[in-house]
Amino acid sequence: MGVLLEVKNLGISFGGLRAVDGLNMTINEGALVGLIGPNGAGKTTAFNMLTGVYRPTDGTIMLDGKSLVGKKPAEICQEGVARTFQNIRLFTQMSVLDNVKAALHNSIKYNLATSFLHLPAYFAKEKEMDEEALKILKIFELDSFADTNASNLPYGKQRKLEIARALATNPKLLLLDEPAAGMNPNETKELMDTIELIRKEFKVTILLIEHDMKLVSGICEYLYVLNFGTELAHGTPSEVLNDPRVVKAYLGE
Amino acid sequence: MKIDKKIIVNALIALVVYAAVMGLVKGGVLSRQMMSLITPVCVYVMMSVSLSLVVGFLGELSLGHAAFMSIGAYTGCLFLIATKDILPVLVSLLLAVFIGGVAAALLGVIIGIPVLRLKGDYLAIVTLGFGEIIKSVFNSLKITGGAKGLSKIPLVATYKNFTFVFILMLLVILLVSHLVNSRHGRAVCAIRDNYIAAEAVGIPVSRYKILAFVIAAFMAGMAGVIYGANLGILKPANFDYNASIEILVMVVLGGMGSIKGSIIAAVILTLLPELLRGASDYRMLIYAIALIAMMLFNNSSFKRNLTEKRNLQQAEKLSKEV
Repeated sequence: MGVLLEVKNLGISFGGLRAVDGLNMTINEGALVGLIGPNGAGKTTAFNMLTGVYRPTDGTIMLDGKSLVGKKPAEICQEGVARTFQNIRLFTQMSVLDNVKAALHNSIKYNLATSFLHLPAYFAKEKEMDEEALKILKIFELDSFADTNASNLPYGKQRKLEIARALATNPKLLLLDEPAAGMNPNETKELMDTIELIRKEFKVTILLIEHDMKLVSGICEYLYVLNFGTELAHGTPSEVLNDPRVVKAYLGE
Repeated sequence: MKIDKKIIVNALIALVVYAAVMGLVKGGVLSRQMMSLITPVCVYVMMSVSLSLVVGFLGELSLGHAAFMSIGAYTGCLFLIATKDILPVLVSLLLAVFIGGVAAALLGVIIGIPVLRLKGDYLAIVTLGFGEIIKSVFNSLKITGGAKGLSKIPLVATYKNFTFVFILMLLVILLVSHLVNSRHGRAVCAIRDNYIAAEAVGIPVSRYKILAFVIAAFMAGMAGVIYGANLGILKPANFDYNASIEILVMVVLGGMGSIKGSIIAAVILTLLPELLRGASDYRMLIYAIALIAMMLFNNSSFKRNLTEKRNLQQAEKLSKEV
């Protein structure tokens, strides 16, 4: 399997603060990789650079041999990187179905005149969108909530919907920012099953940030550890989690 | 099947309204004052529906909508004056409406590109300032007649031409409601709900913001031409920030993101001050009370129960179908 994402020497400064410095990552196609580290280590900042929210001050990001540095978030999404957010960001006033349909924006298209006049193509394409969106919702067992307002979903389902929406953009690489945050052990267990299911159904490469070590050691194949913006360690979960430096960073001496 | 029924109902409503107004006009039941209100009602419906695209669906506060109306009004009406002896009335009016819309849309692009980088309060302030600038420009230009106003505009959009005005209004409503229920409208609503997430799913945020803004400006420009061709005279003072606020009040009272609400609010709020003329001194007082009453109704538990009941019924119907 080839390399999907190659990050070299990635760094960003906000004024005098060096939030991330010299981050190197190589992620193979189809892998499930974790990015861990104590609070404030720069994990979400790294995600924001990968998705174009921040422009890195130095370093390179290559996805499938194409550079992502300097591209806008919407362009990076079209290149095949989708993400979820630490604090859930759904389209709150739209229905569950419309949340997913909004994410199909670039995969099923029709022009503005069709929108204005509801030409025959409108009905055909909308039907196609409905089917595609329902197919994705079904995998997440959200299809029975299709007409519910997204903000009325229970917390765990909102997390699921965010993942479903990200997958609707048909990504090569899926970035999950603390998917288990605020979940109880049962919900976390369910989430782990969902992530396994996603890998099988969508054949997508996953990079996730997580604090729940049970989840991380349970499903991740490889881990990168960040501390104070720099890379502390990387390796398989058992290697990394038994590394005295990592233990020290998390628990202190 | 479900959609078809909705279309038929809406078409029936439009037909009934049209027939009723036509009947009243032809039957001579209406007073002159009421007849003179027919076109303004249609104009304000167009204004509030187009503004609701920006405020209700895009979620950006624009306080300069009357400025776009004035751009359309002046360019369109200048065209009407210039061509009144050359072209047949309908052709001239049709072209004027189109030209007015294009002029307003062009300005929408020019203003929109820098301004839509701003958010919330800042955008509101800039659009407010822009409206005042436009007003001053029309005040000082010779071709627009300055503060005295542009007069001798052919009266081609009064109640006598109700059919034309009504069709134009329906077109605006239809286009906006179609747009909202489409791929493009969904992108606009997604930006309103969470622009960071919208970007993350591949929606080019700036492009759709400008798109919504320009479409609203185009429709405001068309409405402006009708406004001018009904009054016969255009004064810059008609398009000050009070006018923008009035339109905004219609959108807000109609319920953000509800086209039907915008229409109803526009009709009531245009008719109300005129109907209350008899109450002379108490006119503005009653108007203000009516505004407060509408606001209270929008937030009342009564209305909430109604919508909840409707949602429940829909959900039940859906679960039965499944």
